[in-house]
Amino acid sequence: MSVTEKPTVGQQEVQQLRNGGVPFEPGWFEDARVNLSAVERRSATLTTRRTVKKAWQAAWLLKAVTLIDLTTLAGDDTPGRVRRLCAKARQPVREDLLEAVDMVQAGLTTASVCVYHEMVPAAVSALQGSGIPVAAVSAGFPAGLNPYPQRLAEIRASVEAGAEEIDIVISRRHVLTGDWQALYDEIRAFRQACGEAHLKTILATGELGTLRNVYKASMVAMMAGADFIKTSTGKESVNATLPVSLVMVRAIRDYAERTGCQVGFKPAGGLRSAKDALAWLILMKEELGRAWLEPELLRFGASSLLGDIERQLEHFVTGRYSASFRHPLA
Amino acid sequence: MTVKDIFDHMTYGPAPESDEYAVQWLERHQRRFDHFIGGKFVKPVAGKVFETVNPAEVTVLAEVAYGDAKDVDKAVKAARKAQPAWAGLSGHARARYLYALARQVQKHARLLAVLESLDNGKPIRETRDIDIPLVARHFYHHAGWAQLLETEFPGYEPVGVVGQIIPWNFPLLMLAWKIAPALAAGCTVVLKPAKFTPLTALAFAEIAQEVGLPPGVLNIVTGDGATGELIVRHQGIDKLAFTGSTGVGRHIRELSAGSGKKLSLELGGKSPFIVFEDADLDSAVEGVVDAIWFNQGQVCCAGSRLLVQEGVAERMTDKLRARMETLRVGAPLDKAVDIGAIIAPFQLEKIERLVAQGQQEGAQCYQPSWGVPEQGYFYPPTLFTDVSPASTIAQEEIFGPVIVSMTFRTPAEAIELANNTRYGLAASVWTESVNLALDVAPQLKAGVVWVNSTNLFDAASGFGGYRESGYGREGGKEGLYEYLIPAWERSLAAYGVDEFAAPAGSSGLSDDTSGLPSIDRTPKMYVGGKQARPDSGYSYPVVSADGRRLGEVGLGNRKDIRNAVEAARKAGGWSKATGHNRAQVLYYLAENLAARAPEFEQRLQAMTGATRKKAVLEVATSIERLFYYAAYADKYDGDVHHTPVRNVTLAMPEPWGVMAICCPDETPLLAFISLVIPAITMGNRVVVTPSPRHPLAATDLYQVFDTSDVPGGVINIVTGERDELAKTLAEHDDIAAMWFVGSAQGSELVEKASVGNLKATWVNHGKKRNWFDASQGQGTEYLRRATQIKNIWVPYGE
Repeated sequence: MSVTEKPTVGQQEVQQLRNGGVPFEPGWFEDARVNLSAVERRSATLTTRRTVKKAWQAAWLLKAVTLIDLTTLAGDDTPGRVRRLCAKARQPVREDLLEAVDMVQAGLTTASVCVYHEMVPAAVSALQGSGIPVAAVSAGFPAGLNPYPQRLAEIRASVEAGAEEIDIVISRRHVLTGDWQALYDEIRAFRQACGEAHLKTILATGELGTLRNVYKASMVAMMAGADFIKTSTGKESVNATLPVSLVMVRAIRDYAERTGCQVGFKPAGGLRSAKDALAWLILMKEELGRAWLEPELLRFGASSLLGDIERQLEHFVTGRYSASFRHPLA
Repeated sequence: MTVKDIFDHMTYGPAPESDEYAVQWLERHQRRFDHFIGGKFVKPVAGKVFETVNPAEVTVLAEVAYGDAKDVDKAVKAARKAQPAWAGLSGHARARYLYALARQVQKHARLLAVLESLDNGKPIRETRDIDIPLVARHFYHHAGWAQLLETEFPGYEPVGVVGQIIPWNFPLLMLAWKIAPALAAGCTVVLKPAKFTPLTALAFAEIAQEVGLPPGVLNIVTGDGATGELIVRHQGIDKLAFTGSTGVGRHIRELSAGSGKKLSLELGGKSPFIVFEDADLDSAVEGVVDAIWFNQGQVCCAGSRLLVQEGVAERMTDKLRARMETLRVGAPLDKAVDIGAIIAPFQLEKIERLVAQGQQEGAQCYQPSWGVPEQGYFYPPTLFTDVSPASTIAQEEIFGPVIVSMTFRTPAEAIELANNTRYGLAASVWTESVNLALDVAPQLKAGVVWVNSTNLFDAASGFGGYRESGYGREGGKEGLYEYLIPAWERSLAAYGVDEFAAPAGSSGLSDDTSGLPSIDRTPKMYVGGKQARPDSGYSYPVVSADGRRLGEVGLGNRKDIRNAVEAARKAGGWSKATGHNRAQVLYYLAENLAARAPEFEQRLQAMTGATRKKAVLEVATSIERLFYYAAYADKYDGDVHHTPVRNVTLAMPEPWGVMAICCPDETPLLAFISLVIPAITMGNRVVVTPSPRHPLAATDLYQVFDTSDVPGGVINIVTGERDELAKTLAEHDDIAAMWFVGSAQGSELVEKASVGNLKATWVNHGKKRNWFDASQGQGTEYLRRATQIKNIWVPYGE
C-alpha cells in the first residue's frame, strides 16, 4: 500500500522574479498574532509527522548541499582559508559518493560562499567560472551599530568587489522600540545600495524578544524589498530555531499571498547536523511547498553542516558509519 | 525511483516502522489469545473465539477468546477473591505495583505502539508519541495516588470490584485510564477491551504478569457487546466504568438502574472549536488538524464543529483547505503519515452516509485533490462549509475525519452556538485575548476547555463530559473519587419496610385553643419565589403523628414540575453570584430560621411526634448546617493541576445548573436543609419535593426564604407524591443532576428514568441516613456531588 501524495511542482517552475518591495503598509503586520505555545507545538511535531529514509534521505541531503551558503566569518580568516572553502564549495561531496548514487552529472555545488567584505576578492577569484556567487555579510555585521553612511558604503564596496549577494543586519533597536517606519527606510536604503546584488536581511531573531516582533520585522523587511529574510548572524546566543523559522516562513506565505512575490528564507546559526537540514527542508515543504526547496528561495547559513551531511551520505552508500576525516576539509 | 528523480521532485518516500517484533509476539502466541483471569491466561469455557483484523490491510491478526457468562463469572469471582487483600495492602505497596507497571510499559513501548497501530489502524506517530507515553504517565501518576490515598482521601474506601468496558479508538490508553485509578484506589478489575482492538490489552496482561501483580487484581475478558452486557448485569460488581457511545451508555444506565452499582460514563461529543478574529489563524489551522484529523477523527472529544468569527471565516477556511492538501493518508505504520485507517467497515459506512447526508442538505463539501488508498478502510479529511446548526452533520457525532464549519458574529453568539448541542465533552477556544478566553471558557458546557490548544491529555487533569457526554472524571484527583465511596455511605442500614407507606387517614382538623374555627392556611407550591396553586387543583391532608389533620398541601403534578424547572432555569444569576454573596444569603437564612425557631419546633413536634428535645435539636442542627455551608460557599476551591506542559490547568468546580432533589420523610426540616443547602451553596438552582408525609416543615420555609433575600427561582418546592414527582423530574431534559432519598424502588425508578438526558443521579438505594450525624448528613461529599469539574487548559508564553 502506498502513501498518497500531492503531485509536486517541478524545479523548472520556480519563479525567479526579484522582490521589488511595496510601499510601507503597517496594516499588513500591526495586528499580527503569534501564539508561542501553538507555534512550538507545530514545530515540535513537524519532524515527528514527516521523515525521509534511504534513497529519499540521500536525495534530500544532496539537495541540502546545494542550499548551503558555505560560510566563514571568523576574525582569523585569511585568503588561504577562503580559497580552501571555495574549493569545497565547487566540490562539496566526494566524487565516489556521487558516482554511487549516479549524481555526478548533476554538477552539485553549494549555493554560495559567504564571507566578510575583506575576503570578497579572494572568494571571487577562487570561484571564477564556477557560477557560484559570493555573499558578503554587511552593514556593520553582526551588531549593525556602525555609522549609517559607513554601513551603506560597506554594501556598495562589497558589490563593487564582486559580491552578488549581501547579507545585511538590521538595527534591532527599531524593532524593539516599534519604529517600523525607520526599519523599513533602513532596509529600503540597503536594498538600493545593493543594486543588482540580492539582499538577504538578517533579523537577528534571538534579539527581538517575541515571535510577534519576528513576524513584524519579517513583513517589514519583505515590504522593503528583501530577497531573503534570514534568522540570525550566528553570533547571537540564540540563532535559528524551528519556531522562529515557522513564524518567518508564515510571514513569507502571507507576503506571497498579498503580492504574488516569493521571498526566500535563510536559517543561519545552529544548523549543524544532517538531521537539522532535513527538519528545515520538511518545514519549507510543509509550510510553503516544493518551490521553496531550491537555492533561489532557501539557503542554509552554516559552516559545519556539510561535514555531517557528507558522513551521512557515505553511510547511505556503504552501509557503514563514516568518520569526518574521510571527507575533505572545507 | 533514482536519487536523481527524488532530488528533482523532492517527494517523501516510504518510511515504514518495522512490525517484526509485533509479528514475532503474535506468532509466539500462535495468533491465539485467551482471557486473563486470576493471573493466568484461561481458555474460554465454551471454546468460542473471534478474529481481530488489521483495518489498513484487511488481514486477520489473531483469534481471541469470546467471553460468555461463565467466563465473566469466573473473572468477577477472581476479582472478588482478590479484592480484600489488594485493598488491605498499604498504599505504598500498591504504589510499587503501579510504578512497576509504568516502568514495564516504557520498556515495551515500541512493541505496544506497533501492536496498537496494527490492531487499530492509527498512525505509528500517534501511538509512539501520544498513546503509549500517556499510558506510562497514567500509571506513574496513579502510583502516586496509591501512595497518598489514605492521607488525601480520609473517610473513603475502595468501591470494590469494578467492571470496565473500553472502546476501540484508544485501546491501551483507555485501559490505563480505567485500570490505574481503580488499582490505586484498592479496587480490583474486570475489564473488557473493545472487540475490534483486544491485542494491547492482552499484551498488558502479560506485563501485569511480569511485574507480579497479585492474581485476580486485574482480569481481562475479551468479547463483544454481549460480553460487556454480562459484566454490566453481573451482581458481583460494585461499580461500572464505561467509555463509548452515548447510545450504549444509556443502555448501561438502564440495565444497572437500582443495582446499587456506581457508574461513570464517558460518551460521545460534538465539540466546538471556536476561532475568534484575534486568534493566530495559522496556529488555529494546526489546531484543527490536531482536533479532527487526529486518530482519523475517531475521538470522542474531537473538535468537529468549527465556529469562526465572520470577519476571518473566509481566510480561515482558505488556509484550512490549503493545509488539508498537505495531509498524508496511508499505511499506519508509515512514520510520515497523518491519517491512518478507519477501524472497520461499519464505521466507514457511517462516515460515508453522514457525508452524503450533509451534501444532500446543501452543505459544501471539500476534500483534498488526492485520493486515499483503495485497499483498507480509509477516508479522506473532509471540511463542510455553509453548514447551519440545523444540519444533521452539525448535530450528530460522525466519529470520522469530518469537520463542519459555521460562523458567528459576537462572543455571545459563539457561546450560544457552541452550547447548542446535547453533548458537552470538550471545547477549544482560540484568541490572543486573555479576557475573552477566560470569559468564554466558563460559559461553555464542556468538561474540558482548551485555550489555544486542543486534544491535550494528562493523568493529572480530569477528563469527562457535561450533559449527554456522560458523568464522572478520569484523571486527576477528581477521577479518583469514581473508585472510592464514603465509608459512611457503605455503613447505612435500609429503611424499614413501612416507612414509605402512604400517609394515614385523618380524623378532623386540629384543635384551636381559642374555640374559634382556625383560619385556613393552605400552603401552595413555591415556584419562582412566589406561591402557586397546584395545577391539579387537588390538595392532600397532612396528618399529625397521632392522626389529627394539621392542614392540607397541594398535590403537585408534572405541570407543577414543568413550571418549577422553568423558574429554576430563569434564575441563572444565582449560579454566577460570588461565593461570598451566596454565603451572605445562607447566613441570613440561618438568622431568620433562628428567629422563628419555636414555631418550627412546634410544627415538627406536631407533624412527626418528635419529642420537644428532638424538635429543638432538629431546628438547631438545621441552623448549624446553614452555617456549615455558608462557611464553604467561598472555600470549596478548585485546583491548578500539574500537567507537564507550560500552562495552567484550572480544575473548576461548576454547579450543574438546575438540580432536582427529593427529600425523605424523617426529620423533614433537617433532611430538607441538608440536601437543598449544599446544592444551592455551589450555585445550583433546585426543584425540591419535600417530605410527602411532613411537608409543612418545608412549606413553612417560604416566608423564611422571602425574608432572607433568596432570589426567586433558586429554591422551588413542589409538594406531592415522592416517586411520581421523582419520575417526572428524572425524565426532565432540562435538569442536569438529581438527588433522591427515598425507597429502593424509587431509587431504581430515578436511575432508570434518568437516561433521557443522562443526568447525573445520586440516590440512596433505600438506605437511611442519620441526618443529625454530621459525618452522614453534611460534608464535602455533598458539595462534590453538587458540582462537576471543568478543566481549563491555558497555555501561556510570549
